[in-house]
Amino acid sequence: MKILVCIKQVPDAKDVRLDPKTNTLSREGVQSIINPYDRHALEEAVRLKEKHGGTVIVLTMGPPQAQEILRESVSCGADEAVLVSDRAFAGADTLATTYTLSQAIKKIGGADLILCGKQAIDGDTAQVGPGLAVRMDIPYVTCVRKIVEVSDKTFVVERLMDDGYDEVEVELPALFTVVKEINEPRLPSLKGKMKAKKLAITTLTAADIDADTAQLGLKGSPTWVVRVFAPQLKGERTMIEGTVQAQVDQLAEKLMEWC
Amino acid sequence: MDYFLTEEQQMIVDLSRQIADELIIPQRAALDESEEFPKDILDAVAKADLFGIYIPEEYGGFGAGTFEIVLALEQFGRGCVGVATAFAASALGAFPIMISGSEEMKQKYLPDIATGAKKAAFALTEANAGSDASGIQTTAVLDGDEWVLNGTKQWITNAGEAKIYTVIAITDRSKGPRGASMFVVEDTDSGFSYGVKEKKLGIRASSTRELIFKDCRIPKDRLIGRQGTGFITVMKTLDKSRPGIAILGVGLGQAALDEAVTYAKQRVQFGKPIISFQAVQHMLADMAIQLEAARALVYAAAKHIDAHPKDMSKASSMCKVFATDMAMKVTVDAVQVLGGYGYMRDYPVEKMMRDAKILQIYEGTNQIQRNVVGQELNKEYT
Repeated sequence: MKILVCIKQVPDAKDVRLDPKTNTLSREGVQSIINPYDRHALEEAVRLKEKHGGTVIVLTMGPPQAQEILRESVSCGADEAVLVSDRAFAGADTLATTYTLSQAIKKIGGADLILCGKQAIDGDTAQVGPGLAVRMDIPYVTCVRKIVEVSDKTFVVERLMDDGYDEVEVELPALFTVVKEINEPRLPSLKGKMKAKKLAITTLTAADIDADTAQLGLKGSPTWVVRVFAPQLKGERTMIEGTVQAQVDQLAEKLMEWC
Repeated sequence: MDYFLTEEQQMIVDLSRQIADELIIPQRAALDESEEFPKDILDAVAKADLFGIYIPEEYGGFGAGTFEIVLALEQFGRGCVGVATAFAASALGAFPIMISGSEEMKQKYLPDIATGAKKAAFALTEANAGSDASGIQTTAVLDGDEWVLNGTKQWITNAGEAKIYTVIAITDRSKGPRGASMFVVEDTDSGFSYGVKEKKLGIRASSTRELIFKDCRIPKDRLIGRQGTGFITVMKTLDKSRPGIAILGVGLGQAALDEAVTYAKQRVQFGKPIISFQAVQHMLADMAIQLEAARALVYAAAKHIDAHPKDMSKASSMCKVFATDMAMKVTVDAVQVLGGYGYMRDYPVEKMMRDAKILQIYEGTNQIQRNVVGQELNKEYT
């Protein structure tokens, strides 16, 4: 089985600050990490490989520095790594990103299973996984919390819902986005680190993936960020008093007002 | 200070540091309190391939030396000496097989130790045989194709958790030091059991119990090396392992210094952070100086041992004494810098002070180490 894991390099959330003057993310001195949800996708891919055999390929679109997270993925069990990198990709929204990724996946010959994290912790859109599946015209399941059954042609998975879970049977090739509940990601291993150090990372440019440049980067992105701002903390409070029942009633009334 | 590590060595440091920061440090206080064996942490260490650092590649290890295991132990010791002891004890148990075992024996046991699937333990100490190993009472008698062991080993680290035990026993008392031999005992052997778990001052995450041999029968080929070479194997094992204990002192000392400096910068008295007072600064400076000197000595001794010199006892003993005495002093001083807070269990330094004490005692007391250094000097100056 050929398993592809799409990962993203994101700023470490605990270091991120908003520049109050420009209202943009201040990335200076902020460490880049693998998007935490993507770690779970990678771990699940490696576990599937260990149990059922196959190859795990990690794929990311990003600047050359994104090689670091690809190497880290290999140190945690991935076999191969592909970096999709070109200045033309800069400023891509989720639509342009899914186009770029789908072209890159076509270039490397597709996959039986594509795993993604539920969402990235920087953009938080949760659109790239499903968008990619739609572009590739394959079925997808979001928020997978467990892989129940595996066969050559179908997978049975549990999809986390607000009120429980659905059991879904899917034909391959398919794409799943995973939630943190699915597993506990492992640490790197020494042998993995040695392998990652020596690994030759395949780099694909816009020309390599036969991309239509109008659909790439900023040009291919209909999403425009109008304004970014940090919400002001006003510290306004209302004390709710009275019996428990009265407090609950008042609170419910307030909440209804705000809805 | 930069010790010019190779890329591989730096990888070992990075990986061990990550394990210490992400797994060991968050759990150490709870493990100390519950005296629980750190099974989950050691499983993660195994998955990270670190149990095999020092084991030759042909037996599934990484093929590195004492210096590399020292680098890993430094980070684990910085996290928790109890957890680090459980890890180090497996190496101590494996060394006799590596040093004196037959090819078949190495092939049988080392791969499982390298993957961490089985932990090892080393059994020398008895109630009447501590510093004076000649007091050993445990016996092994050949009966047909089997050795029959009788006796009790005391304070054995990893007892009850390990699956492979390297045990010294008397095979011919009339031959004195040449009358002892080493054996491999497996956890499932008949006539082999464990005593109660000891309650200790420190390193409480590590398991310390008795090994009880009551007509314990093991196959003839479990003898490590030749009959009568037990003491030689023990001495070679300890020469090789002592830098590992020494470096636990360095890791622990680093942890104590980190806590002390961080606290001294935050704690305000008389309107200033206490680090601005020379009395505190000098304490911190002395801690840092002793720590770095110890690190340099342990690294040098480990590299010396990896060069396979004819005699490694002096270097091995010197670094063990210096680094563990340093750890005791630095942890006591760290508690002093933190004052009343340092004495409370809410802060990690009191545990560090409790953990430090064992380093001056186990794998040869520091008094015995000084004997070794003294005897070597006596030989050198003839």
